Amino acid sequence: MGVIVEQFPLYVQGFLQTVRICILAAVGSLILGTILAAFRVSPVPPLRAVGAAWVTVFRNTPLAVVLFAVAFGLPELGINGSYFWFGVAGLTLYTAAFVCEAVRSGINSVSAGQAEAARAMGLTFSQSLSLIVLPQAFRTVVPPLGSVIIAMIKNSAIVGAFGVGGDLFAVGVQLTSAQGYAAAGVLTGVLLGYLILTIPAGIVLARLERKLAVAR
Amino acid sequence: MTSDSGGTGTPMIRMAGVDKHFGELHVLRDIDLEVAPGQVVVVLGPSGSGKSTLCRTINRLEPVDNGVIEVDGKALPAEGKDLAKLRADVGMVFQSFNLFAHKTILENVTLAPIKVRRTGKADAEKRALELLERVGIANQRDKYPAQLSGGQQQRAAIARALAMRPKVMLFDEPTSALDPEMVNEVLDVMTGLAKEGMTMLVVTHEMGFARRAANRVIFMSDGEIVEDSTPDDFFSNPTSDRAKDFLGKILTH
Ligand SMILES: Nc1ncnc2c1ncn2[C@@H]1O[C@H](COP(=O)(O)OP(=O)(O)OP(=O)(O)O)[C@@H](O)[C@H]1O
Ligand SMILES: [Mg+2]
Repeated sequence: MGVIVEQFPLYVQGFLQTVRICILAAVGSLILGTILAAFRVSPVPPLRAVGAAWVTVFRNTPLAVVLFAVAFGLPELGINGSYFWFGVAGLTLYTAAFVCEAVRSGINSVSAGQAEAARAMGLTFSQSLSLIVLPQAFRTVVPPLGSVIIAMIKNSAIVGAFGVGGDLFAVGVQLTSAQGYAAAGVLTGVLLGYLILTIPAGIVLARLERKLAVAR
Repeated sequence: MTSDSGGTGTPMIRMAGVDKHFGELHVLRDIDLEVAPGQVVVVLGPSGSGKSTLCRTINRLEPVDNGVIEVDGKALPAEGKDLAKLRADVGMVFQSFNLFAHKTILENVTLAPIKVRRTGKADAEKRALELLERVGIANQRDKYPAQLSGGQQQRAAIARALAMRPKVMLFDEPTSALDPEMVNEVLDVMTGLAKEGMTMLVVTHEMGFARRAANRVIFMSDGEIVEDSTPDDFFSNPTSDRAKDFLGKILTH
């Protein structure tokens, strides 16, 4: 266990790197996933097809394969960047598929009459979605979105394993294999780092859920 | 009341040769219908005869397979900005109210004027309060729909539709979801509107309203308009067997 004290600054660095990856990917995937959900319920068939294809592809592909494809595929397409950004991009693209499905189920939980009344009054599809349907959908969507985000935090370890230098998981690997610390102690520190992220995330979500249930 | 029975001038609603299927089911069969400005038309018919569908095709909530539908002389455009514009001129009141659950009553009434008509917030609120006053629920302005009785919600929904200054109002069984003691408060508002010359198409089972407020009764059966006459004529001498049968069932209740 001494390793946690000895290598504390390294752990903190790794922790912060993981936090950076998670915040960027969470924001990115919430936005992208909501847009994809809007595609999936839109009256325009090609948009619906894009949304459906995205979900099918990314929900059924292992994250490691997505990261591999992004890290090696994008440069072949002439898009270059650091492994950090490739990692964030891969995690975002992947998580967006799950966000999309959560938001879509929320949209479906809003009674059809709400969107119908909005359309009947002359609101456009995007107005009725953004002003009427999504605000009501997000209430029911908080619990499943919470699970998606917590899964994403855990998945960020795969991004680390894939070579984004210095995140929490990478620190664990470095300390055990390169510096020869005993695995049990090292992993305890790594695990604590993830729990510091996931447990409060769960608590915040439970709070939010209760608050939304009370508020009309 | 303006021009009473068709005559010259542009009809407010015109349907010609309209057909509509739901899969195999032929729900609207070759519908021809003209509603003159200021006319109040009550649509009657047994369950499943296509009354709601007829109502919903007029603002294209249901697209049709064939035929022409015009509102105030303009053919219904395809889904998109132009259709939204046309819908803004057609008020619709639903059986289940469909007030926006996350907005207050006042917000429900001001939302479309602000977002669709680009009316300023202050003007929209002023107009909304006048309308809420008129339907008798101005004191409920800051409540959410779920906090109101059914009758109050339906009156709010009528105010919400009127806030757009529609050319025509469509009502699909506006009192069918209400407890009996609340039916009249809604019908009174509708009767008032009819008296003021609003063009209205009303699907309802309220025979009293049909007699009192309608210029015209349309009877539908199996997706067809079977009778089209004045309320007096329809109730005293229906010509078709289907209408006689229907009235027999309804009036014995
Ligand atoms: N979205 C839909 N998909 C498939 N069938 C439908 C749909 N909407 C209505 N129908 C069917 O079309 C027929 C006509 O329905 P419609 O709702 O217009 O009847 P209605 O006269 O309004 O009946 P009610 O008095 O029960 O409201 C019915 O048989 C109904 O089951
Ligand atoms: Mg109906």
